[in-house]
Amino acid sequence: MAKVPKPSELLPGISYQPPAKGWMDVKPDFRPGTYCNPAAPKWMEWIGYPYPQARSIPDNEWGLPDNWQEIVLQGMEDRLDRFRSLKLFFDICVRCGACADKCHFFLGTGDPKNMPVLRAELLRSVYRRYFKKIGRVLGEIAGARDLSEDVIKEWFFYLYQCTICRRCSLFCPYGIDMAEMTLLGRELLASVGLNIDWAMASVAQCYDKGSHIGATPQAFKDMIDFLAEENERITGITTTPSYNRKGAEVLFVTPSGDYFADPGSFTLMGYLLLFEYIGLDYTFSTYAAEGGNFGWFISHEMGKRLNSKIYAEAKRLGVKWILGGECGHMWRVCNQYMPTYWGEPVNFLEEPVSPITGTRFENAKIHKMVHISEFTADLIKNGKLNLDPQRNAHIKLTFHDSCNTARGMGIFEEPRYIINNVLPEGHFVEMPPNTIREKTFCCGSSSGINASENMELRMQGGLPRANAVRWVYEQYGVNHLGCICALDRATLPTLLEYWVPEMQVTGITEMVGNALIFPDEIERTTDLRDRDLEGFGEAAEEDAEEGE
Amino acid sequence: MKLADLLTQKKSQIVARWINLLYDSYPPETAIFLKKEKDKFDNPIGYGISRGLNGLFETLVQEMEREQILAALDEVIRIRALQDCSPSQALAFIFLLKNIVREELAEELEQQNLMEELQELDARIDGLSLLGFDVYTRRREKLQDMRINEVKNRVSGFLRKSGMSMNDI
Repeated sequence: MAKVPKPSELLPGISYQPPAKGWMDVKPDFRPGTYCNPAAPKWMEWIGYPYPQARSIPDNEWGLPDNWQEIVLQGMEDRLDRFRSLKLFFDICVRCGACADKCHFFLGTGDPKNMPVLRAELLRSVYRRYFKKIGRVLGEIAGARDLSEDVIKEWFFYLYQCTICRRCSLFCPYGIDMAEMTLLGRELLASVGLNIDWAMASVAQCYDKGSHIGATPQAFKDMIDFLAEENERITGITTTPSYNRKGAEVLFVTPSGDYFADPGSFTLMGYLLLFEYIGLDYTFSTYAAEGGNFGWFISHEMGKRLNSKIYAEAKRLGVKWILGGECGHMWRVCNQYMPTYWGEPVNFLEEPVSPITGTRFENAKIHKMVHISEFTADLIKNGKLNLDPQRNAHIKLTFHDSCNTARGMGIFEEPRYIINNVLPEGHFVEMPPNTIREKTFCCGSSSGINASENMELRMQGGLPRANAVRWVYEQYGVNHLGCICALDRATLPTLLEYWVPEMQVTGITEMVGNALIFPDEIERTTDLRDRDLEGFGEAAEEDAEEGE
Repeated sequence: MKLADLLTQKKSQIVARWINLLYDSYPPETAIFLKKEKDKFDNPIGYGISRGLNGLFETLVQEMEREQILAALDEVIRIRALQDCSPSQALAFIFLLKNIVREELAEELEQQNLMEELQELDARIDGLSLLGFDVYTRRREKLQDMRINEVKNRVSGFLRKSGMSMNDI
């Protein structure tokens, strides 16, 4: 028999001080809503990944292979040999704690194991036990521990609570990159059959069919044709995308989120209008129908496989270079990993040169891919676009720097330059400095964890971002959150629905599409989402009548 | 002096204790951080709790519209609804105020005849807790709705193409 608890007894830290447990003794709480489901065996079979098996997290038995310890330790040894970064990051950390309160998952969940220093320690403790003499001899005293099933479960829990955003790395005096450790840790998990379903399904679909959502070539073409028709209905402008066209100058690649889901599809309408306006000689490919790369969220090997698909297609079509849509991790893979994946620059493509302005994109000379924001900003800078910012007067915007494009490759100014040219003056408001640019807070759902079953976790991880968005909403009446990443466009609407439901999410090229003035367009009364424009059409007539 | 005046006078001490008690329900390392970091953007949980509890305290000393009371509750509960598995844990913080008031105003309560007003305050705190269940349930339902909406939204462009809206499926 027990007494009914007092309110204070329901809150553990209040009624009594919990016994001082070391972090190794605190086990993860696999509460529904906080973890992703394990991958279904069929996806793993599709791409030849080991130990496919139906698994359930609440089950104690995770179906690891008999020699799982041997596999993991051998895998760790192999990676310590191949990745100097891993060995360095394991050895060099002095646990100064500079990173501790910089992770959005720590800030949102309050779970100390989401302090990057401690998350890394989950792996480092095993490294110390098996690969360092001091750990072998002194064990726990030296921060070392045996590799048990509990440890593997803990890895699964916390390595999928890291979005590889690298904010912690920015504050580390040694530049230790938690993302590197997370990625390699996930590889070790994959080596014994532990993957998450959302990422694995996307990877398998992309590998087999061409895009994360598994759209067939016909569906891909149908959808883009439909968006072209929508453009024509709203603007009177016929946009004419081509598919798999050999000899085009440019291959355009964008994430599937841009052609299958709102609000990304409005951004794709913006791309079509922009390319029509400048007369770009470009083609889509139904084989390289996915700019995103969920493979990279599972392993470097899978990241390379999906990345190669885009380039194989560029080679087959004989294009000069690749233009990429508003995507985040596609760029991180190209800028940070691709040269290592390939071991040499992409020699069969040309260094990208804008056919409209003649600008040479020297920054893309290795991977030959230009980000749409770089490309558009250059067009505006050279006076090639006739824009009417008043057509975006209903939008008051703040800009979310996507981690991969911002911290990963330094695209800070280009989107802001575009924004300032397509919005009326005073319609762009920055969030506080400690939440943007290189210090930007992650959306909390990237790196393959934008599944639905872990919604509580995502809402916690995205709290720091949403908190800053809410501030500009309350202070300045901002009503739109802009971004140049398709994953952001997929996940931020959900995040904001919970924390700041008054806000909407938009891509930047969508606003370019709104603002572009075509010589032969019909009268524009709505934006690309069919929302009435302020001061145009009926709204303008009403204003005029009121004035009379 | 009336209890409401005393509460207003001692608001900062009472609310500070309330906030700190709630911080203490987090793991010790986190509690230290929540108490230390004052920047609202670098400490969003702390900011939400502090803003929420200050607002909730006001609902007890001033007359407010029901919607304002629910909004104040929501500030804290929308964080707790994500972090705590049970409603009892998520809402326990409201009841803590009863003890805090008794401890902070121990002398005054003894010297002045405030028992009736104290009972009235207790009843209001109970009422706040009951409203808290409404807010908690609303938040949990929202999470479920968001799960469904997100699944639908993944093909929203396709739905648009098919002449359907999100509500059609």
